[in-house]
Amino acid sequence: MSRTAPDPEALLSVRDLEVTFGSGDRVVHAVNGISYDLAPGETLGIVGESGCGKSVSSLAIMRLLPKPAARVRSGSVILEGQDLLDLSDEEMRRIRGDQMAMIFQDPMTSLNPVLPIERQLTEVLETHRKLKRSGAVDRAVELLELVGIPAAKNRLRDYPHQFSGGMRQRVMIAIALACDPQLLIADEPTTALDVTIQAQILELMRTAVTERGTALILITHDLGVVAGMAQRINVMYAGHIVERATTDELYGRPRHPYTVGLLRSIPRLDEGRGELVPIQGQPPDLSRQIIGCPFADRCFNVLDRCREEMPPLEQAPSAADEHLVACWNPAEGERLVPSGFESELAS
Amino acid sequence: MTKFIIRRLLLLIPILLGLTLLIFVFTRLLPGDPATTILGERATAENMALVRESLGLDRPLHEQYFQYMGGLLQGDLGRSFITNRDVVDDFLQRFPATIELSLAAIIFAIAAGIPLGVYTAKRRGTWVDAGGTILSLIGISIPIFFLGLMLKWIFAIQFPILPDSGRIDLVNYFIPRVTNFMTVDALIAGEPGGFIDALRHLVLPALALGTIPLAVIMRITRASVIDVLNEDYVRTAHAKGLRDRTVDGRHILRNALLPVVTVIGLQTGLLLGGAILTETIFTWGGVGRWIYDAVTARDYQIIQSGVLMLALIFVLVNLIVDISYAFLNPRIRHS
Repeated sequence: MSRTAPDPEALLSVRDLEVTFGSGDRVVHAVNGISYDLAPGETLGIVGESGCGKSVSSLAIMRLLPKPAARVRSGSVILEGQDLLDLSDEEMRRIRGDQMAMIFQDPMTSLNPVLPIERQLTEVLETHRKLKRSGAVDRAVELLELVGIPAAKNRLRDYPHQFSGGMRQRVMIAIALACDPQLLIADEPTTALDVTIQAQILELMRTAVTERGTALILITHDLGVVAGMAQRINVMYAGHIVERATTDELYGRPRHPYTVGLLRSIPRLDEGRGELVPIQGQPPDLSRQIIGCPFADRCFNVLDRCREEMPPLEQAPSAADEHLVACWNPAEGERLVPSGFESELAS
Repeated sequence: MTKFIIRRLLLLIPILLGLTLLIFVFTRLLPGDPATTILGERATAENMALVRESLGLDRPLHEQYFQYMGGLLQGDLGRSFITNRDVVDDFLQRFPATIELSLAAIIFAIAAGIPLGVYTAKRRGTWVDAGGTILSLIGISIPIFFLGLMLKWIFAIQFPILPDSGRIDLVNYFIPRVTNFMTVDALIAGEPGGFIDALRHLVLPALALGTIPLAVIMRITRASVIDVLNEDYVRTAHAKGLRDRTVDGRHILRNALLPVVTVIGLQTGLLLGGAILTETIFTWGGVGRWIYDAVTARDYQIIQSGVLMLALIFVLVNLIVDISYAFLNPRIRHS
């Protein structure tokens, strides 16, 4: 798939995206040539542990990577037929916040502490929708009501510190949805929140994107979060997509040993109080050159070939639907999670 | 907020009490006394004793202190030992000159320091930033008297483009004193030429006095902007697709300036100390020069009350800064 032409039906096509940090002696290869498509209105989960490149690849799509530390080495990011990486800074700025928006992990720090939330909402509308102040304020109230902020009108002049974490994340969602973007990227949107609030925020996001037909990229390290939300999931490891499948298929028949390990490490309600099975070892140091599969040292299915050659991302043998895996010796696809467990995880 | 202000004002009492004692002790530690200034060095011992007695200087130190404090508590800051003029009158007459100079210096420091700080912060790690760092370190370390003399030597003597001393050209302009702000008085007198001349006289002393605050403000702005540049909400602002200048002004600067405001306040207070040297070098008839002359003449009463008034102003300026800080920062305003 990595060499295929961008799908003309897709809203977003990422091809061979490669991002590095640093220069000279110490170059960290954060994203190593990933490719995927996202259909309009689709929700895609990107799963992986810290440092696997999931956030970096999304920031690269938004062109928000820290300069000059990070560099997009190669690849293309095609949104509606337009390669975002070719645009000028000014052209890209017009797209950000309008056609594509992003929600970040920590709602405590992602809002400007010295501006009332009214201003933080209206400035997006004024910039992209050319609304006058009063029109923008009316729209801001609508948006706050949409994301479930009680007495929205009275809270316009409040500052971020007067809101709870969950409420702040609702404000962030309102800001992101302000201009009805076609693509919303949510980077660990619930990680910093209480468990009870997490479910509410996920539900809000699900309703919002379904109603508007917004495509959503949901980045998380928490397999439970994506299960009930995403139609398709990319599993990332050490800057590569190692497995990509529909949610049912991935949870039902994981093929990559890393995905298998991730699913085994989730605590389960339907089993006894046995010990969890962690994945042994540590992710590789991305500032060193890795020969072969980066997961080889931690893999229970490792072959000699794995240490010599990186396996391509290809259709898994005897898999239903589209199920891509980058592995020389994939797991058989035993059912690890009982049917219906996906929705249980999310609720 | 009101509670906060009242608490701060109450705190002034112990601070000022402590200060009076400190200043009193320090003036008495200076070698010599006012009697020498009044009578000269060849005066007879009897005459010296007579003058000391009339000034109350023959009494034990603690009695002198309590007498001084007694006056203070009744609002009497005393009279000069040498001219017998009321200290408060003298102070008020000279203070506008010092304010004029300090304002010019701090405006210069802010107007140059903040943009330079932002500029170098955004170019962190480049040679521009390194150059700025070196210049600001020189600016912080250079002694005012040296900088003042060098400025005078270069711009008033080698290349005589600016006046070297005083507040206005007294030969060409006669400006009646109304407010004692020379620039304002020149305008009141309807003398645009005098106004320009007063501004020209301000340039060198303001540069000398403003250089340290300029360097400090630049350093703090730079550090603060660099901190804020890494904040999540700046990334959010960019993710919203805001124009760069909106991100800079509304999101970066508003947050980055919070610590800078505190520093500006502190530096404004410290200018009063720097003014003593600057006013002496440029013969500027302000409070600084007045206190300098009083120290030379051992005019204890002026030193004590003059420094006390400067200290009071310093503390009040800081209170105003704290209050304005609360207005800029909603997290403090609401707590």
